[in-house]
Formats: sequence, structure tokens, C-alpha cells
Amino acid sequence: MADAGLVETLLRCVEKADGGLDSQDVATSLGVDHQAIVGAVKSLQALGDVISAEQRSSKHWELTGEGCEIAEQGSHEARVFSSIPDEGMPQGQLMKLAFGKVGFSKAMSNKWIRLDKGHEGGPRVFRTVENIEDSVRDKLLVVQKGQSSQLEEKEKSELKKRKLLSEVTVKSYWITKGSLFSTTITKQETELTPEMIASGSWKEKKFKPYNFEAMGVAPDCGHLHPLMKVRTQFRQIFLEMGFTEMPTNNFIESSFWNFDSLFQPQQHPARDQHDTFFLSDPAQAHEFPLDYLERVRKVHSEGGFGSQGYKYDWKIEEAQKNILRTHTTAVSARMLYKLAQKEKFTPVKYFSIDRVFRNETLDATHLAEFHQIEGVVADYGLTLGDLMGILHQFFTKLGITKLRFKPAYNPYTEPSMEVFSYHEGLKKWVEVGNSGVFRPEMLLPMGLPEGVTVIAWGLSLERPTMIKYGINNIRELVGHKVNLQMVYDSPVCRLDA
Amino acid sequence: MPTVSVKRDLLFHALGRTYSDEEFDELCFEFGLELDEITSEKDIISREQGDTKAEGASDVILYKIDVPANRYDLLCLEGLVRGLQVFKEKMEAPRYRRVSPTSGEPQRLVITEETAAVRPHAVAAVLRNITFTQERYDSFIELQEKLHQNVCRKRTLVAIGTHDLDTISGPFTYTAKPPDDIRFTPLNQAQEYTATELMNLYKTDSHLRHYLHIIEDKPVYPVIYDSNGIVLSMPPIINGDHSKISLNTKNVFIECTATDLTKAKIVLDMMVTMFCEYCEEPFTSNGNAIKLPEETLMDESTERIAQLLTKMCLRSEVMSDGEQIEVEIPPTRSDVIHACDIMEDAAMAYGFNNIIRTTPRTYTVANQLPLNKLTELLRQDLAAAGFTEALTFALCSQEDIADKLLKNISDTRACHIANPKTAEFQVARTTLLPGLLKTLAANRKMPLPLRLFEISDVVLKDETKDVGAKNNRRLCAVYYNKSPGFEVIHGLMDRVMQLLEVKPGRDEGYHIQAAQDSSFFPGRCAEIFAHGKSIGRLGVLHPDVISRFELTMPCSALDIDIEPFL
Repeated sequence: MADAGLVETLLRCVEKADGGLDSQDVATSLGVDHQAIVGAVKSLQALGDVISAEQRSSKHWELTGEGCEIAEQGSHEARVFSSIPDEGMPQGQLMKLAFGKVGFSKAMSNKWIRLDKGHEGGPRVFRTVENIEDSVRDKLLVVQKGQSSQLEEKEKSELKKRKLLSEVTVKSYWITKGSLFSTTITKQETELTPEMIASGSWKEKKFKPYNFEAMGVAPDCGHLHPLMKVRTQFRQIFLEMGFTEMPTNNFIESSFWNFDSLFQPQQHPARDQHDTFFLSDPAQAHEFPLDYLERVRKVHSEGGFGSQGYKYDWKIEEAQKNILRTHTTAVSARMLYKLAQKEKFTPVKYFSIDRVFRNETLDATHLAEFHQIEGVVADYGLTLGDLMGILHQFFTKLGITKLRFKPAYNPYTEPSMEVFSYHEGLKKWVEVGNSGVFRPEMLLPMGLPEGVTVIAWGLSLERPTMIKYGINNIRELVGHKVNLQMVYDSPVCRLDA
Repeated sequence: MPTVSVKRDLLFHALGRTYSDEEFDELCFEFGLELDEITSEKDIISREQGDTKAEGASDVILYKIDVPANRYDLLCLEGLVRGLQVFKEKMEAPRYRRVSPTSGEPQRLVITEETAAVRPHAVAAVLRNITFTQERYDSFIELQEKLHQNVCRKRTLVAIGTHDLDTISGPFTYTAKPPDDIRFTPLNQAQEYTATELMNLYKTDSHLRHYLHIIEDKPVYPVIYDSNGIVLSMPPIINGDHSKISLNTKNVFIECTATDLTKAKIVLDMMVTMFCEYCEEPFTSNGNAIKLPEETLMDESTERIAQLLTKMCLRSEVMSDGEQIEVEIPPTRSDVIHACDIMEDAAMAYGFNNIIRTTPRTYTVANQLPLNKLTELLRQDLAAAGFTEALTFALCSQEDIADKLLKNISDTRACHIANPKTAEFQVARTTLLPGLLKTLAANRKMPLPLRLFEISDVVLKDETKDVGAKNNRRLCAVYYNKSPGFEVIHGLMDRVMQLLEVKPGRDEGYHIQAAQDSSFFPGRCAEIFAHGKSIGRLGVLHPDVISRFELTMPCSALDIDIEPFL
């Protein structure tokens, strides 16, 4: 806050002035620093429309340091002239004076002095005129009085060239009365205090207006990761639809449960070193339900359950190999096998959302690990129409209502369907998931009753999240290279909004 | 999913009409294909090698079509066209026949016992009176390559050799010999080599070197001779030059050698059925028809279903009882191994999108997995406590979980990956801490303090499990600032215990006591006990750990197992 006395003085000046006044002039007339006046203007502005102040800039001329010296003591040439006595002075002596050099040449060109080079005892300088007029000093004095306008532009620029004058830009305010002008001001309060509430003094006080344009202070809080926020929503959707969560907390799986139990042949490319992470320690799984394992062997190598099988030499060594699971369907297989061991079949709806691993080449949209979302329904007599119906309900909850299905291939489902949704932004159909009916060669060896159909679908968690949060590079979302600012700034997740 | 690239105009000519790109895309969708890309040879070269190289290349428009991995019959133009034409009911599904040569006996391929040691199976067929054009010939070669890459699993399961029958004479012998005893002029070479020399020669061949490993270390190599001792091929590496086919070849001898007989038959069937349309008598060679009875699973009449199946090249007739359908599976459809495969084709022909969507009446009550339920609840409250959630990888390097934490890898119970492409995937993490520290390092520019947490699984070896390993749900948090902030991380631990309804106390409650841990600064580490059991640690990290993770500030950490609180 500016000095209250100065603020009031300024207000009185404004009151007296007709049509306003310049802050520079006020400073000059009050004999105070211009910055102090500027401070007073600013604090008055903060009070509302007491005064109005319009910023303007003006140029004026000022003496330089050298210019001030000349204004005080005379120009160099004049001082040279006055230091020469009637009998003259040796040039060497003259040149030793501080103003000697410049003054000598100027005085020479003004023809105020002459140089006698042939004088005995060395060159000697003599006056040539009786009196001189020091016009440089006179002009500078005019400028110093603030009357630079009396000089011609040419004269000023000549003095500027001699570095005696400089032109400076001055910022000032043009101050006029505001609509709430008054010469007495009441101090505005910034905030309501407990004392004001207690005493009731707030009723008489004026409060400083808030700047509603400014941002608030960010709350000091933690944040959930966007991918996990989306995971929470997907869990919620499955729970709303009556699906029970599967225990997927087993990243390491045997090839048996990951592939063989799903009727995926042992030479299938997905079982390649290039696609799957194999474990060197612990390299093998050592416990299987042996009668079931035998039925799996048989359906692969010889067929059965209405199937011709793949007719190849099925090897237990392949089935024993431990891997990092390539899909959560390995867990679905375990769950369905467990279900089949119950005395009486009961229909189930299962879901899971968890990590799966692929030994893939990494790029902007692929990582070696990602989250798979999976839904499974087992009951008597489920149809392809039921699968599409459930998918429709599921995707509606994600805000996707336009769906269509494309025939596809998957070793453990038949039929297999890719799910496409119409993307309004891209104006085209994009793949949003995979689905199908589990093959009898997978279900019957488990011991599920004939007539039980199992329908299932899956999608990745990362893709919808990247679309939802507008992230192009998966590494900015998942893993340690995440941008924490993005995490801090990410909004709540409403998939259907 | 294999991709087949066909010339658009050739395709449209064969289909008997033109399509707009959108129309063709739509047709593919219905039929379970995907029009992946529209391009040209010139485009491809200019994209891969630059515009200058592309100059003069063909700008004939190519369609790249994704084909389902089990539909080997759609891997060439001929098969695609046939499938689509039958689907659009523009032609009848062909019925394939095996015919005997008009003169003389059928050709024979004799397999000797020696092959058992290296590649025990072989099947063969002859395409008679075929007429090649440049395009047909290219497609013929291309199909072999596609089959080799897909069903043949890069020639390991099956290798195909094709020969001009008129340059050789049967019966043929498929045998195996020591490499030095095999000597012939291989395809496109001017001189004879022994098999040993050939293996050396091809070590630098960009294409063939990928197949050498299949037989390289075997004592004997497979080889096929004709009755005059001419080498037809040394599968799965190279054919002989003598019997190579050309545009003028009239009769093609096709042999498939294999380690998997079923696949060999499939591959031979594909080669023969795809190209027999160019024979004088189309669709003839050796074929076998399988009959499968089919029950109705759709609310459509049996007649309608029989009709639909026929559209998919599966000739079908309603049987005399009016209830069942007899389906004839052509040799092209090796993917059909169960009645459900046939039903899928009926559904495709009907149109997946014409099926009425229904809601199953399956009644179930939903349950959350208790471990995940607890995780979800804790996550919310940790964020409310001012910590931000990180999401880090479950795989990492050995260094991350051992050296950088000043631990010995053998003490970690870590599960090791056999085939990591890079060091980032050597082990499954045994602790969440390295991931959080790496997240800090990647975000050093953010204002301090940084408070991070993660609740997720680590993986530990465990002999009691069938696979020898188990997941363990951990809660890990770090506080990174100019001062270590032990009291902050300690306070967070107190809060977690409060949330879990565990009170401070020695026996039934929780307490901490000083502990030794090489990852922590000496004297600044404590072990956490709840209900008398150790559940984890907290403390100020060792300065060497901090610098090994490329951090510069003090850091305190909390790491606990949440499974005891279920």
C-alpha cells in the first residue's frame, strides 16, 4: 500500500485539476519520485472506480553526465578560452588540462584562439577574440530547465551526437476522476476475519474485490492412475451385470492351461519363442489333473467328442513348459475345469481384468505386457444371439451402441467374431474386441455336460484408455516413463459420458 | 493373420465385376476377411527404400487382404475368387476328383526307412495338362511361399517341392543319406555341389539360411531321386535345377515332405485344389471327401441351412429323415474338424449381423475377488492420503531387483525368463520398489516432494504351487524430497494400519522394530510386524540405491504384503 498521505494529496490534486493531469507533472510539482506517484495510482485503482488512470508514454530530453558538467562549468572550448592568459600558454601545458584536447580543437574551429607553432620555447596558444558566447552551455541550460522545446531539432540532435543530451521515454499515467471519486478514502479489507464476525464490524467495512480471472491454488492431494481408473469402471460394469471376478493373480502359467486345455495345437505360432515368454526357472509345471490331461492329449492327437482332432503327436513336455501367461483365458480354463468338477452344473458368469504378456516387438501401441479384459458365461443352450446380446449390453455401458460382428478365426472358439463399433470421430468401423463360443474340444474333456455352451469375449484395457484420455504413445500411459503431470491432470472416468 | 496381396484388376476380372473399395471392403467383412491396405508395388518400394528406387516399378493397384489363419484355401487369388464366387452364388462349389493318367500307371513315391531319422513323411500328386501364364505361375510360386510361412511353420513341419514331370521319370524315391553322399546341381546354380557344400553356400543366402537349422545337425539329409538317379530336391532346403518348372511346364509333380503327416496332406491338398482349375480337366487330381452328419442348431429349416452351407463350398443335402444334413467337406477345407466348424459357416453365410440379439436368462450373483476388493479400497485411501498411483511393469532386469537394490539375485526368489529379447524382460519383479524408483527418475523435473504408491503383484518362486511360482500382492510407497521424510512414510504406514483396523501394539496389533536390510541406510530401516508376523519394511533408502536409480535426493520407502489382511 502506498503512503496514505501521498494518496490523499494526489486525490486533492486530481480534484483541483480540470480534465485530468499527468502523473509526471504531479511528481514534479510535489517534488516526489515518480514511482511513488505510480504506487499511489495503483492502490487507488484497486479500490474500484475512484480514479481512472490511463497509461501513456512521452519522450523528453535529458542531460547526460557530461552535459550536466558542461551546464555547470561551461563547455570545454569555453574553459580552454578562459584558461588562456593574455600572454598565451604553451600548447603542451594546455593539452594537459582535462578538457584540453576536445576544447582546443573546438575553440580553434570557432576561431577563438590561434596557435603559434614557431614561437620560441615551443608552440604557444593565444586568444584571438576578447569575449566569447558559450552557446553550448546556454542550450544545455535551457534543456535542464525543462524547456527543450525552445531548441531546434537540429541543435538537439547535434548535442545528442556530442553525447551531451539523451532522449528518454517516460511512462506516466493520465489521471482523471472516476465515477466513485472522493478525496477521502476508506481502507478496504482483504478478507473476512473471525474478529469482524465476532464484533459485527464487517457490516461497515468495504472488501477488496476478488480477481475471479486467476486460477485457484491446486489442492495438495494424491491421484489415481488413469488406466486404473478405467479398470475400476470396467470392474463396476461387470459387477453391475452380475459377473463374478476370477482369481487372476498368477502371472506364471503352464503351457497346459494357457494353450493345451484351450485346444491350441502345440505347433501353433503363438507358442513360438518369438511370441511367448518362457521361464527358465521354474522351467516346468509339475502338477496336473492327470485324467483330464489324458483327455486333452487324446482330443489333440486322436480327436474325440465329435472332433477329428489335430492328429499330431501331443507331447507332455510341451504342456509342462512354464510361461508368462499370454491371455487371462488360461484362468478361465482353470475356472471352467473347476466348475466341471462340481457335482451339479450351475450356470456362471465370470470376468477378469489383469496383466498378460507377449514377447513382442515394442512400439507406440504395443508393450510386452498389457491388461486383458475378459468376460465368460457358461449355461445350457446359450446361442450366438445371446453372445451378441450380452456384448450389446456390455458395450452400451461403455457408451458404444453401434456394433457389428465379423467372422474371425481363433483356435479355441467356434464361431469366432471380431467386434467392431462405429467410431463417430473417425467415421469408420473400428475393432473393439474379440468374442466367440468355446469349442467342444475344449469344454467336453473338462467334463462339462454336453449342451452347456460357454460364450466369451475379450478386449484390452489400454486401448479404450488411450482413446478416452487422448494418449498416442502407450509408454506415456503405462510403465515408469509415465508423465506424472498427466496423471495429476487426468479427469474422472465415466466411460458412457 | 496371413496377408495375401492380389492385383485388384485381376481379382475383379476373375470375380466378373468391379467393386468400389468400400463395396469390396464390405464383402470382405461379411466373409471374414479384411481389406487391410490398398497399395501398389511402387508405393511399397518407395515407402521402404525411397522414391528413387521405386522409379519404374509397377503401379498396378494391389489389394492386401488379411485371411484367417486356418483358411489356407484363401491364400492365393484362385482360392479367394473361388470362395467369394461360391459365397455370392455366382458359381457352384467345385467337387474335386482324383483322375488316373490316360496312359499308364499312376506315379509312385517310395519312402525308405532312412527318412525316419530326419523327416519321416512324404505325399505327392501330379497336376496334368496345366497351362501356366505369367500371372498363374507367379501365383503358384507365391502360394508355396505362403504355405511355407504359415501351415508349414517355416518349412519345419512341411516343405513343398514342385517339378516338371516331363523332365524326370518315376517311380520316385524319398530317402535320406549322409550329406557328403548327396550331390546335385541345385536350383539356379550352374554346377554340382555336395549337400555339405550346399549348407555352407547357403549360410549367407538371405532367404535359405533360415531353413538350414531344420536338418543341419542331422546325420542324414532327406533327398528325392527319380528312377534315373536325378535329384528332385533336398527338402526342406532346395530343389534340383534339373526338374525346375517354367511357364511351359505341362505336367507338375508336387511333393510334400514333412514331420507332420496331417499337415503334409493339407498342404498337398491346397497346392492341388488351388491350381487344378488351370488343368485341361479342371478340379481333378487326388481329393478325398469327408462326410459329417450335422444337427441343426439354428432356428432355420434344414433346407435353408443346407443351402447356406453350400454357399460356403460345403455341399450339403438334407438327409432322408428330413432332420439331418449330409455335408461334403472338400479337401480345401482342412479347417473343418468338428460339426461346430460347419455351424460357423452356416452362421457366416446367414450373416452374423442378421442374427437376432437375445439376452440369456442366466441368473447369477456377482462377487468380487476379496484380494481385488481390498486393493481397490486401499488405492482410494492412499490417494486420499496424498500419494499418487504409479503403474509399473511386472517384468524387469535382474539388475533392477538385485544389484541396484544392493541385493544378491540368488536371494530374491525371482522367476527367470528364458528368452528375453532385451534385459528389460529378464525376470518377473520380486518387489515394486524398482518400478517406483524408475518412475521418480523419469519425473525428476516435477515439483518436490514426490509421493508415489502402487498396489500390485510381484512374482515369487513357490514350490507348493503347481507351476512352482505364485503372485504376491504388495503395497509399496516412496517419498522423495530434500529431506528423507521417514516420518512421512511412517505416518503413511500408520494410516494403512488404521485403514486395515490394526491397532498399534505388540501382540494383536502392529509395531515396527529396527532391522538390517542392504537396500536401506544403516540404522534407518525397520521391519513391520502385524499380528506377530513380519509383513514388510520401511525406512530411508541407502544412498547407493538412490544413485543407482539415477536419483539425487533422499528417499524413504514402505513395502508391505497385504495378503495377510484378507
